[in-house]
Amino acid sequence: MNNFMTILLHTYLSKMKTKSFIITTIITVLIVVGLANLSGIIDFFNKDNTEKIAVIDQSGVLFTPLEEQMKVINKDIHLEAYKGTEEGGETAVKAGGYKGLLLLSFDNENLPEATYKARSIADSAVPSELQSGLQQLKTQQAASQINLSPEELGKLYEPINFNQIALEENAKTEEELNQARGLVYVLLFVIYFAVIMYANMIAMEVATEKSSRVMEILISSVSPIKQMFAKILGIGLLSLTQMALILLVGYYSIKQNLDSMEGGFFEFFGFGDIPASTIAYALIFFLLGYFLYATLAAFLGSLVSRIEDIQQMITPMTMMVVAGFMIAMFGLNQPEAPFVTITSYIPFFTPMLMFMRVGMLSLPVWEPIIGILILMVTITILAVFGARVYRGGVLMYGKSNSFKDIKKALQLTKNE
Amino acid sequence: MALQLEHVTKRFGQFTAVDDLSLSIPESEMFGFLGANGAGKTTTFRMILGLLDPSGGKITWNGKRIDYSTSPLIGYLPEERGLYPKLKVKDQIVYLAKLRGMAKQDSLKELSYWLERFKVPENANKKVEELSKGNQQKIQFITAVIHKPKLLILDEPFSGLDPVNVEQLKEAVLELNDNGTTIVFSSHRMEHVEELCEHLCIMQKGRTVVHGSLKEIKRSFGKKNLVIHADYDLSFLANSPGVTKARQTAEGIHLQISGEEMAEGIFKEIAAKGFVRKFVLEEPSLNDIFIEKAGASYE
Repeated sequence: MNNFMTILLHTYLSKMKTKSFIITTIITVLIVVGLANLSGIIDFFNKDNTEKIAVIDQSGVLFTPLEEQMKVINKDIHLEAYKGTEEGGETAVKAGGYKGLLLLSFDNENLPEATYKARSIADSAVPSELQSGLQQLKTQQAASQINLSPEELGKLYEPINFNQIALEENAKTEEELNQARGLVYVLLFVIYFAVIMYANMIAMEVATEKSSRVMEILISSVSPIKQMFAKILGIGLLSLTQMALILLVGYYSIKQNLDSMEGGFFEFFGFGDIPASTIAYALIFFLLGYFLYATLAAFLGSLVSRIEDIQQMITPMTMMVVAGFMIAMFGLNQPEAPFVTITSYIPFFTPMLMFMRVGMLSLPVWEPIIGILILMVTITILAVFGARVYRGGVLMYGKSNSFKDIKKALQLTKNE
Repeated sequence: MALQLEHVTKRFGQFTAVDDLSLSIPESEMFGFLGANGAGKTTTFRMILGLLDPSGGKITWNGKRIDYSTSPLIGYLPEERGLYPKLKVKDQIVYLAKLRGMAKQDSLKELSYWLERFKVPENANKKVEELSKGNQQKIQFITAVIHKPKLLILDEPFSGLDPVNVEQLKEAVLELNDNGTTIVFSSHRMEHVEELCEHLCIMQKGRTVVHGSLKEIKRSFGKKNLVIHADYDLSFLANSPGVTKARQTAEGIHLQISGEEMAEGIFKEIAAKGFVRKFVLEEPSLNDIFIEKAGASYE
């Protein structure tokens, strides 16, 4: 047990001190802070950035109503009646005095018509807002031509009253579902990245120790199985530290910015009030997913002799994580699809899919529990099998690195 | 008897790496393992260390089976250098010594003793990858001995070292042996084994072909070497009775003869022909024995 702790702490501390770990953590924290302050950052750069548009109104009556419309749509777009000629306007735009030049006129049906000229048309935000302002003008104009009163027009454009009501008890309301989707989406991403990143880290660690041959010294002092699990737990602890740090920073910066986010991006993602059970399930499924893939990665890592071969060896594993993630993404929109339900019981997909289902749907408690049990059993089987392969694998050197080596590694550990 | 191997066999599938090996190595003895590549030396060491389980037979240290509870008593220097390339020497040694049950302060003290002794105290804070091959091997050696093991296993300890470093390591090995450490080591370099070991065994395809004390082995080998320097052509001696091998040199001839009694006849034969500047009857070198015993089946 003593040696177990020594290896665990050594793995944890020496990994934590590596430059790559520190840099990744700092970058991630910065990204999280940046995202939380996104609206503030955008505002900062857009400060008094009013867009001046020169307007030549050939009809003589369209300018004032359009100006009224634009005030409602976007205060920052400022219309200015231009007194000169079209050419003069174009020169002014080119010189940078105006963002663009808008030519207003009536077409032969007596409806508004416009041309927008700007230095480049890469910025689509201003013209599309002008367009929607003009669209409303045109609708009003056309309505009055066929003698529709504003009330009648209003009725025509009123959105339909369409409500969804779930009949099942405990079923999530539409609003809850949208919230859940955002949260589950983000947590799925976290699980996905974390599993891939840390499983890779384990495989790399094992392969490094093996290729530098320090492994032989290690396993002459400590049993390979102890060493393998100490390593897995050490990196697991490291992952929790990193996550805790990022979540803590994320939580505080979101809390600080909560006012500016009302109704915005973050509410859409369901961060307003986070259901505790979803977070708890996320943590459970993350940990189980981590142990599942970490064990797999450790024994795959023990089979290669050179670090260069490691990617090739763990690619099938990575593909499995990616496949699970893809199905989970698909499942976000159709969480009740039978395909999703079935695959959520396949051990290598369970961490992400069962979590997605439990977050999105109101599952009976036994379903996630079965998922957790399946994972635990798989992890145990994999650990027992993996430990045997590992024990032989770490002693094998050679250039071959196929799955045939698993058989060879098992043979090494046999007593007969 | 400290280290005891009884009918140890190791099979990998169809292949038998070690076949019915029995050895007993008394305490504070220096024991040499010789064998061509693939003879089963490393596999034997791995079984002694408990990294591999024997397919048959048993290995005991003072009557007890060797497992991880005895690991603080055992030191191991693997054939290939095995150290963390990116870790500082100090951190490395402290970590590896801790795994052998040694406290940090003790291992730091021992480390500075050994680094002083090898005249490389400045290496304590360097990363292993920055060190030369010889200095890496010194660190590897320190790793194996820092916890004062009772049984020290050295797999090719002197390979790839310059003569000065070999001398330093050899001295350290001898001193440890004088202090009562039982040492088992393997080497391709016969002169090292000849110089250091009282007992040895030569392995050949998993079997022991020679086993015993150095003197006995040489005596029972029977054949002797004869070095003759003379001013005239000696090549006719190659066909003399009792000569098993002959090699011409610049100054004369080296002969291997089947027994000491053959030397007299040869001496008389050449003395009649003229002046002999050198005539020496030598014990066979271990190299001769090794080539004869371990190399025989390759021919």
